[in-house]
Amino acid sequence: MFLLLPFDSLIVNLLGISLTVLFTLLLVFIIVPAIFGVSFGIRKLYMKSLLKIFAWATLRMERGAKEKNHQLYKPYTNGIIAKDPTSLEEEIKEIRRSGSSKALDNTPEFELSDIFYFCRKGMETIMDDEVTKRFSAEELESWNLLSRTNYNFQYISLRLTVLWGLGVLIRYCFLLPLRIALAFTGISLLVVGTTVVGYLPNGRFKEFMSKHVHLMCYRICVRALTAIITYHDRPRNGGICVANHTSPIDVIILASDGYYAMVGQVHGGLMGVIQRAMVKACPHVWFERSEVKDRHLVAKRLTEHVQDKSKLPILIFPEGTCINNTSVMMFKKGSFEIGATVYPVAIKYDPQFGDAFWNSSKYGMVTYLLRMMTSWAIVCSVWYLPPMTREADEDAVQFANRVKSAIARQGGLVDLLWDGGLKREKVKDTFKEEQQKLYSKMIVGNHKDRSRS
Amino acid sequence: MGSRASTLLRDEELEEIKKETGFSHSQITRLYSRFTSLDKGENGTLREDQVNFRGFMRTLAHFRPIEDNEKSKDVNGPEPLNSRSNKLHFAFRLYDLDKDEKISRDELLQVLRMMVGVNISDEQLGSIADRTIQEADQDGDSAISFTEFVKVLEKVDVEQKMSIRFLH
Repeated sequence: MFLLLPFDSLIVNLLGISLTVLFTLLLVFIIVPAIFGVSFGIRKLYMKSLLKIFAWATLRMERGAKEKNHQLYKPYTNGIIAKDPTSLEEEIKEIRRSGSSKALDNTPEFELSDIFYFCRKGMETIMDDEVTKRFSAEELESWNLLSRTNYNFQYISLRLTVLWGLGVLIRYCFLLPLRIALAFTGISLLVVGTTVVGYLPNGRFKEFMSKHVHLMCYRICVRALTAIITYHDRPRNGGICVANHTSPIDVIILASDGYYAMVGQVHGGLMGVIQRAMVKACPHVWFERSEVKDRHLVAKRLTEHVQDKSKLPILIFPEGTCINNTSVMMFKKGSFEIGATVYPVAIKYDPQFGDAFWNSSKYGMVTYLLRMMTSWAIVCSVWYLPPMTREADEDAVQFANRVKSAIARQGGLVDLLWDGGLKREKVKDTFKEEQQKLYSKMIVGNHKDRSRS
Repeated sequence: MGSRASTLLRDEELEEIKKETGFSHSQITRLYSRFTSLDKGENGTLREDQVNFRGFMRTLAHFRPIEDNEKSKDVNGPEPLNSRSNKLHFAFRLYDLDKDEKISRDELLQVLRMMVGVNISDEQLGSIADRTIQEADQDGDSAISFTEFVKVLEKVDVEQKMSIRFLH
């Protein structure tokens, strides 16, 4: 028993020392730079080494594929099918032309072969369409050593598996606890800090403190996710800031670089606590669930906020839902009717290091955050675009589309006119009716020709 | 964490599908990805008709271009799914709703109604259906059998119109 005691205290001492060292390192290398907004470049170094490892992994997989004489499957260099962009009319006419020996006149009629067009188009769309693939995580060209992105990557040799195992160890046993500690620090500082600032008398000092508390806490959260962000062109912001939406993390990324007023729905739980604390320090725009449905109320409050010059620029995501960052979908016109200057921002994530897309039908918020914190890193680029205003001959929808195209072009995303709401709802029947009308014209003409037969 | 072993395609299954449908290795992998992303319920089937991946591939195989068969000419094997005859049979089954190997006037009307929506009146549609059956019917049973169907479409370039260009 007496022999055990010195060992016990030795272990306890060692534990104590290592924890203190860890904590100091944490403080010095992560939290202090966050407070002052400087960076040691550790994350960039980390990113570079990861890229080298991924390149090596890809080479090995390609070698494995060559040995078996197969081609390595790459989702973007090989699409599934090649589509011809011909219209309904042209296609059906061609089918009929090849089948009939009658003279080529444009008399509308029905042929049994017409169905070929429909079933082929249907099959093509089932195999590859523009919209459904935007609601699931972007596929990677090559494996990034995470089991969650392993959709049938084959030729994974023993060495790669070992590397993957090592990665799991590092991510779950080292990075995850570190990140959770940081996130916890960041959020508690935010709540405490903003509450304290709320007690200050209104004035320049309060604004100054509020701004810096917000920025500091967002920067700590950025480090909690190991987010490596590259900002491009930073003009002054004001009015309304709109951006494409991929995940709730977008907010953290943008807010760590600029001081915004948030717009959103009041939540319960932890989110609610944070929201209530934040609004004490400076005016954010939070809506009750019932108020969200009332578009006029929403527009009125936003307009009031925007017109008050003393208030902060607001941050809005007009898509209304999370899209997987390969495209930009329809912008809802509400924010474009207010009449303020719009400052567009494009955000593009690099999926190789960790997929930031929140598939809300598949994962809840907590699962999502855990997945974020166990990825390698979140790497993204943010482009601040020059401000845009609505022109005299444009309506809100056209203005929204113009802003959307600018964002899509800058971020290298596909510009789609489809509504992001299709994630959860079916397509409106009007689209089907349009096609039916087109086809009817081909069969019976425009009620002029064959009304009697 | 996040193990997807249950949804990975096994090698044996891949080989079987390859033999049955004629798709290449990478094409099948690619289509499997697509199938799993469409399969929201993650139960291995697509809703509506509960099509599993084999059924999915079998249906898609009808749309392979016929030229692709030149490489794997198996004279003793069953007719490939994408032969001209099988493509025509696929289209025939789209019309033949009750699967009795005959397209009756009612079935034709139903399919026509789906294609034109509300834009054409019942009488007009009825006369279109009558005319079509009249032109195709040869044995006088007021319905179109598969042989009659094939005869009507004998000049149509089925190979091209019922084929999708798959990329390798």
